[in-house]
Amino acid sequence: MSWIDIGALDDIPAQGARVVKTAQGCVAVFRTLDDQVFALDDRCPHKGGPLSEGIVHGSSVTCPLHNWVFDMSTGAAQGADEGVVRTYPARVEGGRVLLDAAKLTAPRAA
Amino acid sequence: MAQKLVVIGAGMASGRMLEHLFEEAPGAYEVTLFNAEPRGNYNRIMLSPVLSGEKTFPEIVTHDTAWYDAHHVTCRFGERVTGIDRAAKLVLGENGPVAYDKLVIATGSTPFIIPLPGHDLAGVVAYRDLEDTNAMIAAADKGGRAVVIGGGLLGLEAAAGLQMRGMEVTVVHIMGHLMERQLDPSAGYLLQKALEARGITVLCKADSQEILGEDGRVKALKLKDGTELPCDILVMAVGIRPSTALGKEAGLAVGRGIHVDDAMLTSDPDILSVGECVEHNGQIFGLVAPLYDQARIAAKTLIGEAAVYVPREVSTKLKVTGCDLFSAGDFAEGPGREDIVFRDPGRGVYKRLVLEGDRLVGAVIYGDTTDGNWFFGLIKDATDISAMRDTLIFGPSFQGGAQADPLAAVAALPPEAEICGCNGVCKGKIVAAIQSGATTLDAVKAETKASASCGSCTNLVEQVMALTLGDVFARPTVQPMCKCTDHSHEDVRLLIKSRGLKSMPAVMQELGWKTPDGCASCRPALNYYLLADWPLEYKDERQARFVNERNHANIQKDGTYSVVPRMWGGVTTPAELRAIADAAEKYAVPLVKVTGGQRLDLLGVRKEDLPGIWADLNAAGMVSGHAYTKGLRTVKTCVGSEFCRFGTQDSTGLGIRLEKHLWGSWTPHKLKLAVTGCPRNCAEATCKDIGVVCVDSGYQIHVGGAAGMDVRETQLLTTVATEDEVIEIVSAFTQLYRETARYLHRIYKWLDKVGLDWAREQVVDDLENRRALAARFEVSQSVYRTDPWAEHARPSERAKWGPMADLTLKEAAE
Ligand code: SRM
Ligand SMILES: Cc1cc2nc3c(=O)[nH]c(=O)nc-3n(C[C@H](O)[C@H](O)[C@H](O)COP(=O)(O)OP(=O)(O)OC[C@H]3O[C@@H](n4cnc5c(N)ncnc54)[C@H](O)[C@@H]3O)c2cc1C
Ligand code: SF4
Ligand code: FES
Repeated sequence: MSWIDIGALDDIPAQGARVVKTAQGCVAVFRTLDDQVFALDDRCPHKGGPLSEGIVHGSSVTCPLHNWVFDMSTGAAQGADEGVVRTYPARVEGGRVLLDAAKLTAPRAA
Repeated sequence: MAQKLVVIGAGMASGRMLEHLFEEAPGAYEVTLFNAEPRGNYNRIMLSPVLSGEKTFPEIVTHDTAWYDAHHVTCRFGERVTGIDRAAKLVLGENGPVAYDKLVIATGSTPFIIPLPGHDLAGVVAYRDLEDTNAMIAAADKGGRAVVIGGGLLGLEAAAGLQMRGMEVTVVHIMGHLMERQLDPSAGYLLQKALEARGITVLCKADSQEILGEDGRVKALKLKDGTELPCDILVMAVGIRPSTALGKEAGLAVGRGIHVDDAMLTSDPDILSVGECVEHNGQIFGLVAPLYDQARIAAKTLIGEAAVYVPREVSTKLKVTGCDLFSAGDFAEGPGREDIVFRDPGRGVYKRLVLEGDRLVGAVIYGDTTDGNWFFGLIKDATDISAMRDTLIFGPSFQGGAQADPLAAVAALPPEAEICGCNGVCKGKIVAAIQSGATTLDAVKAETKASASCGSCTNLVEQVMALTLGDVFARPTVQPMCKCTDHSHEDVRLLIKSRGLKSMPAVMQELGWKTPDGCASCRPALNYYLLADWPLEYKDERQARFVNERNHANIQKDGTYSVVPRMWGGVTTPAELRAIADAAEKYAVPLVKVTGGQRLDLLGVRKEDLPGIWADLNAAGMVSGHAYTKGLRTVKTCVGSEFCRFGTQDSTGLGIRLEKHLWGSWTPHKLKLAVTGCPRNCAEATCKDIGVVCVDSGYQIHVGGAAGMDVRETQLLTTVATEDEVIEIVSAFTQLYRETARYLHRIYKWLDKVGLDWAREQVVDDLENRRALAARFEVSQSVYRTDPWAEHARPSERAKWGPMADLTLKEAAE
């Protein structure tokens, strides 16, 4: 793994998200109420909704467009909906948010 | 023959190390013990009971003169070590050098002092040693006021101690809740409530700016928001820094702490280090449990036995009598976690367990900490808990499982708590009526008038009946708000008021929420209820908002946004149109469209462009049209008497007045108005939430229309003679809707429940009540009647609308 620093934890609102632009599209970086971070593709598998604009609760996020709910640790849709969002390793160290650069820049399978 | 061991620092770690050493290899070393404090080892963590008066200093001394004599320790207390000469193997004390074969650095840590102006005034103290403690006791003996900066473990123990000695204490904490490193917001809320109950004032999210003095002594703390907190003593308890100066000057490897390996050896094989001054594998320390392990390993290394220090999980308790909290393990970071939450609002208990797969990895408990150590054991041992998962939260003695009690929140209400707001009936009165024979809802209604008006408290009255009558009363089941709670929307609304709940954690704790932070369905609703009920105290929580209200624009299917500036009453000017045209061109807006609400919509704006386009529209005098809110949308008007040959009144002017009066207000669902100049109804007033139809004799106020998924015609509320009466009744009616409707019910749905007659009684017939409602509306408008665009378009806010990082640039550069 090669971790890269994408910014301060405090740049992300608690129970919110910010996006990171990559050559392959945007990645949403979420922060939960108790300061866990998760990184997911910012595209809902349903109709492409920006997950970064969803409501964060526990370690799940609800898509802003049609309310599908995703478990942020696995990327899997919950309940009756089916679909998986790609996730990326993310962690916090000394107040900084780190993402795995190798995974981020690897081309994504269609 | 004995080797020479010198120990710098007689603290908790070195004391324990010497005990192990003398036990396992008595006589192996001739020990010299330096301590900067003018005394030997004592139990530092018990300074808090000394401060509060529950213990005396002699009771917390761990090693006395007899013990040092028995082990032939040369004590050099009150003497600071000023340097280490590694080449000559000498320790340089203030009163002279001493030679060593082995050296242990155990200098602990130093309190961090924020370099605020005035931090060096007399009366500003840290909290680390007996001198600090005695300074606080001396100040408290004179009475007066104390301010403690820092709402962590040390700060709160200082605050509680000073309060017990009779001072008036305020805690100033920069974070959103107390002890944020050990507690989550729910537990932090309970702790704050307990401290406030004993008379301590707690200010969270409070940033200190300056310490004010008089004649060289502290006089007050000034906060960034301008508040001044007068005080006679100021305690700074904001954190500690490892005391590494000696190690660094001697050329040892030092990072945040003095680097040690698994055997507690520093980069010099003859020098060891233990305690808060060390850094082991990137970790530094602030609690004694891991230091005791280090002490054991260091003693083994000194006697030549191989030993490996393995850091372990730590747990925290607060030593404030009456505040029972426990926090252990890691509930902060790492993916794949699940929560189990138990709340008992009646007893003020909150327990949260954090699971990762089949293991317990963290626990936060407030109120009933009896099982804390059991949970801690499960965490430390990484026990597989899958078999007891369902009942885990109830602890070891409950492996059969009690259930959370849905009636607990109502049981916890005091007799004087108001249940029925319409008729002012309190819980005690209802209980009394039931006890004297009213055993059906109708009987209670007849006897007390509770739930006899709008009916939204019916379910609460039934809960009081169930509590008073027990099993004989069969309570109809209600639809809970969501899966996080057993309470209905109506119950939650009423309980927020009657119990004075003013924050999200307060509601979730006191009403027994089953999840730590709610879900996408209850959070927006709670945020609305809190805003509506406590407009001056509660601050809108953006992260509890749906995207449109969080971003003050409507999200489109492709993730762009639409921007609709307000056009008061549907009226615009050439200058406004020009500014809209300019903005559309500047931001390459794909579509400009006339909306059904009589204004212009700029569709397809990128998120990062929002603050810019808003600033441009603001500059031309336009504000947000709130086309995205559960709040006032538009007030449609027709041309009215100013131009139309049939117009009876100035419908355009009244529409603008109404819009200027109501804009910015949050309501349970969208709120649309129209004012039409005559019954021909060109402004479609009779399918609006509130519609005014102008007639010769004045104004008909119609309510409860809609033209969405349901098409509803309005009903006539009343007819009045003047514009001022229209404004007053519309404000009062809107406020009644805001205070009593459930989230996401439009006016017609709410009226279907409470009845038009009831509403008319409140805002038409009862003049005093109308005025009171209108006045409350005005109070909340004093906060809401502002343009959110202007706030978010400020230069300091703009960066937040763009990406946090742009790796496309980085990739291109590589
Ligand atoms: C822009 C506009 C359509 C237009 O191009 O004219 C519009 C657009 C939307 N309407 Fe509407 N409504 C618009 C006038 C209306 C009207 C007509 C009116 O107000 O006179 C109605 C029927 C009248 C009424 O509300 O009773 C209307 C009934 C709805 C409803 C159904 C409400 C209901 O209670 O059944 C929804 C859904 C909802 O609110 O839950 C809705 C929701 C929406 C949303 C916000 C859907 C969403 O959540 O994303 C649409 C946003 C589109 C976008 O991408 O920006 N819109 N919508 C109109 C904006 C008016 C304005 O200036 O603010
Ligand atoms: C009020 C209070 C309450 C606490 N409560 C708890 C609790 O409930 N639970 C918990 O786990 N922890 C608690 N702690 C933290 C705990 O006390 C520390 O983790 C522990 O004391 C650290 O031990 P130490 O031996 O590393 O350092 P210390 O105990 O600080 O000892 C270091 C000693 O070295 C001396 N020294 C430093 N430099 C020199 C020098 N150059 N020359 C000579 N001597 C020097 C210092 O004077 C000091 O006496 C509390 C701390 C305080 C202040
Ligand atoms: S009617 Fe309203 S909600 Fe439906 S597509 Fe048109 S704008 Fe969107
Ligand atoms: S696009 Fe996410 S739920 Fe439809």
